Amino acid sequence: MIRIFSILVGLFFTVALAWSFANGAYTAATEPTHETVEHAFHKTPKEVEFASDGVLGRFDKQQLQRGFQVYKEVCANCHSLRLVAFRDLKALGYSDDEVKAIASQGPKQATFDPKTGDRGERASLPSDHFPPVYYAGQGSPPDLSLITKARHDGGAYVDSLLTGYSAQPAELIKRFPDAKTPDGLHYNPYFANLNLAMPPPLTGEGQVTYGPGNPKPTVAQMSKDVSAFLIWTAEPKLDKRKQTGWPVLGFLLFATILGYMAYRNVWAGTKH
Amino acid sequence: MAHDAGTDAPELHAGNGAGDGVRRRDFINIAAVSAAGVGGLAVLLPLISQMAPSADVLAESSTEIDISAIKPGQAIKGIFRKQPVFIRNLTPAEIAAADKVDISTLRDPQTLAERTKEGKENWLITMGVCTHLGCVPLGAGEGEVKGEFGGYFCPCHGSSYDTAARIRKGPAPKNLQVPEYAFNSDTVVKIG
Amino acid sequence: MSFPWANEYKPSHPFMQWMDAKLPLPRLVYNSLGGGYPVPRNLNYWWNFGVLALVCLMIQIVTGVVLAMHYAANQAVAFDSVEHIMRDVNWGWMLRYAHANGASAFFVVIYIHILRGMFFGSYKAPREMVWLLGVVIFLLMMATAFMGYVLPWGQMSFWGAKVITGLFSAIPLVGEPLQQWLLGGFAPDNAALNRFFSLHFLLPFVIVGAVILHIWALHIPGSSNPTGVEIKSESDTVPFYPFFIAKDGWAVGAFLFLYCAMLFFFPNALGHPDNYIPANPMSTPAHIVPEWYFWPFYAILRAFTSDFFFVPAKLMGVLAMFSAILVWFFLPWLDKSPVRSGKYRPTFKWFFVALVVDVLILGYCGGAPAAEPFVMISQIASLYYFAHFLIILPIVSSIERPDPLPFSITEAVLGKDENAALGSAH
Repeated sequence: MIRIFSILVGLFFTVALAWSFANGAYTAATEPTHETVEHAFHKTPKEVEFASDGVLGRFDKQQLQRGFQVYKEVCANCHSLRLVAFRDLKALGYSDDEVKAIASQGPKQATFDPKTGDRGERASLPSDHFPPVYYAGQGSPPDLSLITKARHDGGAYVDSLLTGYSAQPAELIKRFPDAKTPDGLHYNPYFANLNLAMPPPLTGEGQVTYGPGNPKPTVAQMSKDVSAFLIWTAEPKLDKRKQTGWPVLGFLLFATILGYMAYRNVWAGTKH
Repeated sequence: MAHDAGTDAPELHAGNGAGDGVRRRDFINIAAVSAAGVGGLAVLLPLISQMAPSADVLAESSTEIDISAIKPGQAIKGIFRKQPVFIRNLTPAEIAAADKVDISTLRDPQTLAERTKEGKENWLITMGVCTHLGCVPLGAGEGEVKGEFGGYFCPCHGSSYDTAARIRKGPAPKNLQVPEYAFNSDTVVKIG
Repeated sequence: MSFPWANEYKPSHPFMQWMDAKLPLPRLVYNSLGGGYPVPRNLNYWWNFGVLALVCLMIQIVTGVVLAMHYAANQAVAFDSVEHIMRDVNWGWMLRYAHANGASAFFVVIYIHILRGMFFGSYKAPREMVWLLGVVIFLLMMATAFMGYVLPWGQMSFWGAKVITGLFSAIPLVGEPLQQWLLGGFAPDNAALNRFFSLHFLLPFVIVGAVILHIWALHIPGSSNPTGVEIKSESDTVPFYPFFIAKDGWAVGAFLFLYCAMLFFFPNALGHPDNYIPANPMSTPAHIVPEWYFWPFYAILRAFTSDFFFVPAKLMGVLAMFSAILVWFFLPWLDKSPVRSGKYRPTFKWFFVALVVDVLILGYCGGAPAAEPFVMISQIASLYYFAHFLIILPIVSSIERPDPLPFSITEAVLGKDENAALGSAH
C-alpha cells in the first residue's frame, strides 16, 4: 500500500519535472538566448601576487605604508574606511606618536552636543575610526574597509580595476551598438556592468610621492600598494591567523599520530 | 487537582443518588481538564501573536511621495513598508505598447487601465518586489536594464516584466503588485 | 543493554558506590560510552562520523555561546558588531571563523553520516526510530544554520532571509500573512533579526535533546555494522571502551586537523563575498545563493519552472524542496529489502552510487546562476532524486536478489574456519 502511494507521489514529482524540462527545452530551442554585453566583455581579475598570499604569506609593512599613503592622498577624498581605527595603523609599523599625528592631521570627527544641540568638528584621536565621507547629493561611494573580502579575488580585483580603464573596444560598439558608455561613466572591463561612475583615480607616475628607499610610484606600483593596503584593512588579523595556524596544526598532527598509535595498540591482536 | 477529583470521598455527595453523584463528579473532572486546556490555549495566544508585525512597523504602512520631478519615461524608487516601490511616468509609446498586448495570452491577465487610476494612466505605481521570491527588479533606476519587454527585469531568476509591470517571461507567477494608493494632488501620491 | 555478555558496571571506590546508589549517572555513561556497551567489531571508518558530528555540535555550541557575548542583534549595528568581533575582541577572529567553518564542517560530517546510513541500511528495522530522530536533527540543523547565516546582516544574510521566508508566501491563502508573522514585518528587519537570534541560540540545545534521544534509541538494538547482520554472540562485539574510544579518538584528531587547516588558512573559502557588504533592502545581489550545504535543495526548488495543472510553479518548487527531505522519513518503509547492507545488494549498490553523483550534480547546479544549462540539468537531477526514493527503491527492494550474507559478524571478520575454531572454544 505504502509502495503504491509512494510510486504515485514519485510520479507526481517526476512528471512535473519532466514537464518543466520539456517547456524549458522548447523555449531554449525556439527562443535563442541573446548574449549580453557584460557576458561578452567582462573580464575576471588579472593574476596578481601579493606578499600576503598563500599559507606562508605575510604582509609587507613597507608596502602597506605606501598603500596607506595612496589611500590617504587619493582614495580618501571619496571613500571612507569606517571599520578601521587610527590605532589599528600601528600594525603597519607606525609608532604611537606617528599614529597620533596621522589621526590629528587626518579627517575630522563630527561632534554633537546633546545638551545644546550644537554640531561641530574636532580633530581625530588614535581611538577614533576613520569618519564617514559624504558626497552630498550623489550617494556615498562604497566604504573600502572590507572591499577586498566583498569581491571575488579581492586584492587582484582592486588592482585590476584601478589599472583597467580603457576606451571601449571598437568590436563592442560594433556588436552591441546600444552599449555605448553613457556620459559621466567610464568604461572598465573588470567592473561587473562594464561602466562605472568613478573616473580613473590613478592618473600618472608621481601622483603620490613615496619616501626614500621605496620603489618608483608608477601607476602599477601605486595600484598594487593600495590593493595590498586594502587587503590589510579587510583582514588585519591575517598575519596572526597564519602565525597561530602553524603551531595548532603541528600540535594536532602530533596528537593525531599519538592517537593513531594508541589505537593500534588497543586493537593489537583483535581482528576487525 | 486531578488527583483530588479522582479519589474524592463519596460522603461529600451524600444526599444525592449514587449514579447522579458519579455523573456530576465526571462532569467536574471533565470541566476541570477543559478549563486547564482553555487556559493553556489562552496563554498561547499572546505568545503567537507577539510575532506578528508590531505597532511601529504597522505605523509605517502608509507613505507620501512627491512625484513632481518624474519626467515621462523616468521612474523613481520609493520606500513603502521597508520595501521598494516603483513609481513610473509612462511615455505615450509605453502606454501604447502595454495596450497592444492581447491580455488573454498573459500569465496574470490584467490591462494597464486596471493597474492604474482613471485619468492618470501614465502613472504606473507598483511594488519593486519580484513576485517570484522577493528580489528587487532592475529598471527603475537610471541606466538599469529594463529587460526584453521594456519594463523591469529581475536579475535573480530572470523574470521579465513589460511596461505595465506585467509578468511576461521567467518564473514569477504574478504581475508586480500594485499597492493601494491615492493621489492627494497632482504632485503627491499617498501609498498605503 | 540487551546483550547478556555486556560488562557490568562495578564501582570499587566507596564514593562511586555511594554515587551509583543515589544517582547512577556514571553507570549510564559506562553503559553508553564505556566498557558496558558491546559494539560490532567490524565497524569501518564510516562509523566514526556519528562521534564527529557530536564533536561539531559541541564546537558550535561553545563558540556560539562566546560569540553571543559580543554580538548585537540589532539591524543598525549587527554587521558592525561582527566586524568588532573580527577586529577588536581578543581572539574574536578565531572564534568567528571557527563558528562559520564549524557549520560547514558539521554539514560535511552529517552528510557523510546520512549517506553511510543510507548505504548500509541503518534506517531499517529495528533502527527506524534512530533514523527518524536523525532526520529530525537534520531539519533542526538546517533551521539553525539558516538563521545563523542571517545574523551578520550582510547582503546574503538579508536576501537569503527574504527569499527563504518568501517560500512560505507560495502557500495558498495563508501564505502572505504567515510570511509576515514569521518576519514580524513586511520585509526582514529588526524584528526578524532578533527572533532569528533568539531561535538560533535556542535550537542547538533542542538538537542536544534530540541527539540524546537518537543515541538512546540506538542503544536499544545496538549499533548496526557493515555486513548488516545482527549481533549473534559475544565474539561479534568488542566493548566500546577502550576499542572504539581509541578509534574515535584518533579520528577526531584527524578531523580537527582538517578543520583547523580550513579555519586558519582558508577561512572564507566557503563563504560568499557579498556577505561582507552590509544588508541593503533596496538592492538585490546579482546572484543570490545560500550556503553550499543547501545547494542541492536550492537546485530542486528552482527546477520547477512551469505550472503543473493547477499547481503554480513556485508552490511546486516549495513542495518539492520540503518533500526532498520529508521523503527520508518514509525511507524505512519504502525500502523493504530484508538485507540491510548495500554491500550485498548488487542492484541497489549502483543506484546508490547514482544517487550520490546526482546529489553532487544538484549541489553544483544549486550554486550556479539560474541560467541554462544549469536549470535543465537540475531538472533531470531532481527527477532522478525523487524517482530514486519514491519509485526505484520500492521496486528494486522487491525484485532484487541479494548476494549471500555471512552467517555472522565473526565469520565475516575471521573467515569460516577460524570462526569454527572460536565457536568450539566457547
